Amino acid sequence: MVYGVGLARGMGVTLKTLIGPAFTVQYPDRRVGLIGAARAYGISTPGLIFKRPIKAMRAVLGLERIDVRPAQAARFRGNEFTWYEDRCTGCASCAKYCPLGIIKIVTLPGGTNVQEGESYALDTFEIDTGRCMFCALCVEACPYDALHMGSNFERANYQRMGLVLSKRDLVNQPKHPSTWYRPQMELLDYSPFADELDDFKQAGRHETPSVERLTRRWVEDRRTSEVNEADEAVED
Amino acid sequence: MPLTTQPITINVGPQHPSTHGVFRMRVTFDGEEVIDVEPIFGYLHRGSEKLAESRTYTQVVTLTDRLDYVASMTNNMSYILSVEQLAGIEPTPRGVWLRMIAAELQRIASHLVATGFFLQDLGALGTPLIFTMREREQILELFERLCGARITNSYMRPGGVFMDAPDDFWPALDRFLSDMPHHVDEYEGLISGNEIVAARCDGVAVVDSQTLIDASVTGPMLRASGVDWDLRHRQPYEYYNRVKFNRPLATASDNYARYMVRIHEIRESLGIIRQCIEQIEPGPVRPETVPALIRPPVGDSYVGTECPKGELGFYLVSDGGVAPYRCKVRAPSFINLTLLREMLIGDKLADMFVTFGSIDINMGEVDR
Ligand code: SF4
Ligand code: SF4
Repeated sequence: MVYGVGLARGMGVTLKTLIGPAFTVQYPDRRVGLIGAARAYGISTPGLIFKRPIKAMRAVLGLERIDVRPAQAARFRGNEFTWYEDRCTGCASCAKYCPLGIIKIVTLPGGTNVQEGESYALDTFEIDTGRCMFCALCVEACPYDALHMGSNFERANYQRMGLVLSKRDLVNQPKHPSTWYRPQMELLDYSPFADELDDFKQAGRHETPSVERLTRRWVEDRRTSEVNEADEAVED
Repeated sequence: MPLTTQPITINVGPQHPSTHGVFRMRVTFDGEEVIDVEPIFGYLHRGSEKLAESRTYTQVVTLTDRLDYVASMTNNMSYILSVEQLAGIEPTPRGVWLRMIAAELQRIASHLVATGFFLQDLGALGTPLIFTMREREQILELFERLCGARITNSYMRPGGVFMDAPDDFWPALDRFLSDMPHHVDEYEGLISGNEIVAARCDGVAVVDSQTLIDASVTGPMLRASGVDWDLRHRQPYEYYNRVKFNRPLATASDNYARYMVRIHEIRESLGIIRQCIEQIEPGPVRPETVPALIRPPVGDSYVGTECPKGELGFYLVSDGGVAPYRCKVRAPSFINLTLLREMLIGDKLADMFVTFGSIDINMGEVDR
């Protein structure tokens, strides 16, 4: 083989890539030109020039920047959690299943929740996301679909304590649960990036049980089981 | 007056961009030539094997992700196979096919990383590495669709996989499979047959096959010396006996041969994925009967699997409890590294890192 053919071929590949479209995504923001800015703000280019001349000027000078959100999959396990207090019974399955033991739950008697009716009241529900490895085993363990992975990942913080998700954070933060291990959400055609799922009833695979069923379950069944236990105690 | 040189000893690493992690070599040079190498490792030791003893069988999956973190799926698979053998769990067919697709994608990703960094060490700063990372990115996006994570997947579970692939995964996989051969051609155009690469790699760090076998080296390194040893073919696990694939071999056993074996294996893996897609059948991805807390009977198990870097196996001992009594990892990176001294002695300083890159090690797996 003639010496240099391989080199020339390699250069050809490089040249082809040089003139092809760029693959890199600029994050968290990127510069836009006049046309790009008009498209980003949803108006026509002349509209931008006349209605918002300062923005148009900045775009021409290459100073205008727009936010970029990288494409994420619906199952993306983000750096946060979504938790529905109304679904949680305080059973602590998630805390037991977590390989790192970073979910802290303190419960008091006397709460209610949507599946079980009578349950524990949550005093503390804390996840130390600074130590979390986002394996989603807690989500797999939760029998009541109260805990979901979130989709957000931009949670950089200056302090370690800022990464601890307290119960208040979990209740107040916008709820964008990931569809990981939640087939019912995939069936809903729900996208974590477009929609918020505030309604705790939609988040679960269980329907909300009726009052009659809860009464039967929590009053009548229990009474019979107490009777049975009393019988057994007598037999012993 | 005769010209003499003084041997000089320098430390390479532990914080050195060319050592692929926290690895240290104490190298003695005579002029430009390496006359002695002392590898020192353990900087990334996290005690994974010990940690496994205090975690349930399912929780250990998350630890296996962090051994060889550029090939998490194959680590998961190796561990899961060992657990299934230990506990006598029969996986569901769809789960097995999904595991094979994931593992072969991971093999491509790992070989891409190996190739990219090998050329980076050679001095091809940027271009080939960015090329290979570009395609690896597509694989990671596929993983993100599949299991929500890109690197630390934790996707597989005893009996199958965690969750079926979403609907949008299959078109994306098809797109990747049709694009990828062109990209491999691109790498080959860029690198294979390039005179500079040939001049730097041909005949450098040659080890004969007997030495490799004696040191229990496995994987592309062994196949580059002409030994036809691929566990997917020799001891088929999963459904590898139902797919057809060639086993690329080379005879030169030098840095260039190791690179070529990896490039050809990428093409073979693409073929395996296509066959898996043809044969995959609908059904559950894991059996209903597998309990959350697995308590295998007393005994031990070992399943050797062909990972991108060589034979990976988990030796598990059960005492009947919910956690392994002992978990020993046969890490291919660690064992492939044992020949480092023999390979480097006599090399030039500039070739040292190229040879190191051609072994393709991962410090997460070496130190565990
Ligand atoms: S994602 Fe994993 S590490 Fe994080 S809280 Fe859940 S179980 Fe624990
Ligand atoms: S989040 Fe789920 S698993 Fe955890 S305590 Fe609440 S109901 Fe139980």
